[in-house]
Amino acid sequence: MITAIYGSLFYLAALILFGGVAYKIRQYTLTPAPLKIAVTPAPTTSTGVVFRMFREVVFFETLFKSNKWIWLFGYIFHASLLLVVLRHLRYFTEPVWFWVSLIQPFGLYAGFAAVVGLGGLWFRRIAVERVRYISSPSDHLMLALLAAIFLSGLFMRYVERTDIVALKAFVLGLLYFDWQPMPADPILMIHLGLVIVLMIVFPISKLLHAPGLFFSPTLNQVDNPREQRHLAPWAAKLDPRSGAGTN
Amino acid sequence: MADFETPKLTDFLETPAIQRDSMAHSQPFVAAPEHQEKLGYPGELVGNWQEKAIDKFGDLLTKYRSLQVYMDSCVKCGACTDKCHYFLGTGDPKNMPAARQDLLRQVYRRYFTFAGKWFPWLVGAKDLTKQVLDDWYSYFHQCSQCRRCAVYCPYGIDTAEISMAAREIMDSVGQGQKYCNEIIGKVHEKSNNLGLPAPALKATLEDLEEDIEDETGVAVKLPLDVEGADILLVTPSADFVAEPHVDGLIGYAKVFHQAGVNWTLSSYASEAANFAMFIGSYEQMHDIAERIRKAAQDLGVKRIVVGECGHAWRVAYNFWNTLAGPFDFLDPDYPVPQHICEFTYDLIQQNKLNLNKSANDHMTLTFHDSCNVARASRMGPEPGGQFKYPREVIKAVCNNYVDMAADTIHENTFCCGGGGGLLTDDLMELRVKGAKPRMQALTDVVKSDGVTHMAAICAICKSQFAKVMPYYGMEMDNVVSIHQLVSNAIILDGQETDEDEEETGEAPTEAPAPEMDMETVKDSETPDTAEAEGT
Repeated sequence: MITAIYGSLFYLAALILFGGVAYKIRQYTLTPAPLKIAVTPAPTTSTGVVFRMFREVVFFETLFKSNKWIWLFGYIFHASLLLVVLRHLRYFTEPVWFWVSLIQPFGLYAGFAAVVGLGGLWFRRIAVERVRYISSPSDHLMLALLAAIFLSGLFMRYVERTDIVALKAFVLGLLYFDWQPMPADPILMIHLGLVIVLMIVFPISKLLHAPGLFFSPTLNQVDNPREQRHLAPWAAKLDPRSGAGTN
Repeated sequence: MADFETPKLTDFLETPAIQRDSMAHSQPFVAAPEHQEKLGYPGELVGNWQEKAIDKFGDLLTKYRSLQVYMDSCVKCGACTDKCHYFLGTGDPKNMPAARQDLLRQVYRRYFTFAGKWFPWLVGAKDLTKQVLDDWYSYFHQCSQCRRCAVYCPYGIDTAEISMAAREIMDSVGQGQKYCNEIIGKVHEKSNNLGLPAPALKATLEDLEEDIEDETGVAVKLPLDVEGADILLVTPSADFVAEPHVDGLIGYAKVFHQAGVNWTLSSYASEAANFAMFIGSYEQMHDIAERIRKAAQDLGVKRIVVGECGHAWRVAYNFWNTLAGPFDFLDPDYPVPQHICEFTYDLIQQNKLNLNKSANDHMTLTFHDSCNVARASRMGPEPGGQFKYPREVIKAVCNNYVDMAADTIHENTFCCGGGGGLLTDDLMELRVKGAKPRMQALTDVVKSDGVTHMAAICAICKSQFAKVMPYYGMEMDNVVSIHQLVSNAIILDGQETDEDEEETGEAPTEAPAPEMDMETVKDSETPDTAEAEGT
């Protein structure tokens, strides 16, 4: 019964996550940016834009310039999240990929670091008046959700271990459509249940900042408006010289 | 006009504690029906405005990727909350960029997202009520679209894009802003934001020619509507009448004269400003930009040079090619358009100007990077040229130059407090308070380095500073044009030099600042309001 419920929910959540994000990416792609609005410091070549986006994604360059504390906690959280997710690939692969086993020890500690990062961000959200003002209940809930996922995971690793072999069989069973029983461990059920919630919430929440970053015209445009004419399809219809007609 | 206190300057710029609704009363005059209808908007708030506003919002979401992505992307990290000059000057939390965006985002969530439709309380989604509309009108007219927040946002969320969209939605339901919409109407009818007719413009330019000749003994021309000229100068109309703008115009004229180029102004396109950007109207912006193209084609010029104006340079640099291009009929050897600072800089590099720096020795200068020049445009071929060119020009004509604090210049610059269509008397409190961060940085270098004057590169900045600096205990003429400094220092071929004058005992103690004969203009036809100066 548990297996059937969680199995179905995982399929549903995966569908919503990937379908939803694909839908948003399609929407962002199809919506034109009619004007050049790159913000300084704007690169003058597309290679420069690739470097700029790289620095944003990998180092959170702008956030560092903006606010050291948010950068610190945010960076710790995101870097840890990445390590933890990669470490979890060991439950999806058989045999476990070589590089996944390499990061295993780091991935374990990253769980703690992620909690520290989340704690720092949450503290700021409550303690700094300005940030408290701009926060909605959903902003607190998102932190609670992530914290609960990490804490339940750490609990199963360091306090009361779950049957990890059975879990891996369950996960692989989902991947290969050969369902195996899920261990009836309450903490595991909480952990996985919250992950399912996170997957479902992703495309309908502020977690869209992840794909959104790549579509931000202020960041991803090349600063070359004098050299190259930029014309969006709907704007071309207003343009008597574009040959796009005036309908 | 409500009474208000000018913010106190302290030892350093403090981030204020939030003071809820402290600026809720600040609203500009609503546009009259005649101003609205000229631009094709409803004269007053329409009956089914909620429905219309949501339709318009939905339409804009499909037209502007920026709006769609920025509505979704904010994580409320708080990095922007202490970056807006209006928040720093007022403490009103709705002047924090994320909170300002949320005024629109709460409606986006309610009508366009799953979470907001089903769980509005959870995600801060709100119905579009009259109260929300009032908040929009109030606080989207407390954003000067200066993009400082965008520079600091990890996702590049640009509040200017959001405030432009909000203003466009409000215009479409009949709740437009008088200042912007009246001026846009005027540029269509009279070719410039001041409503200065061609004969008055001609008379003004002739007066300036006389002034320059009286001062220098050289017949420097300010040509108007000269067919076959090489260069069309498009400059904000404030340059024709306002101080210190007009001294900058004299500077351009002297530079062109000395460069030996054949140039002209156009009475058909006697305005570089494009206020349609402030109200977010692509169509209006397009029509206003087309005037420049038509003037250039009708006069048969080979190049277009743009005078000192911030948002106009943003529109010219970033948007003209899109709106009114391609400019394939102009000389491809020069950038289209070219900024007057690029023009002067090139001449200085080639040693073609005879400059006497000591003419500006009575001043110690600093430079205010205008928001639109700093964050929304460039000069020269390299990134950051928009910072380098104006400074190099100033340093070539002045001996005493100091920069303000690093976090208040270049792309970190603070808005003057009057940009984005807010340079109107009905927003005086906002303008004074919004100028606080810049005034703080300026005061710091006044104290530490004896700075006496601040050079500006934008007509709006110049008008705004001239108006608000007295509130902070400074003189209105402590703000100067870059090309005013050039004008002071340049020695024209055949010009009587200081030495000549000393012999005749007429050496001026101050650098010559030709007096503007405002009466000439007013007699011909009064430019409608002094506030229109900031164009």
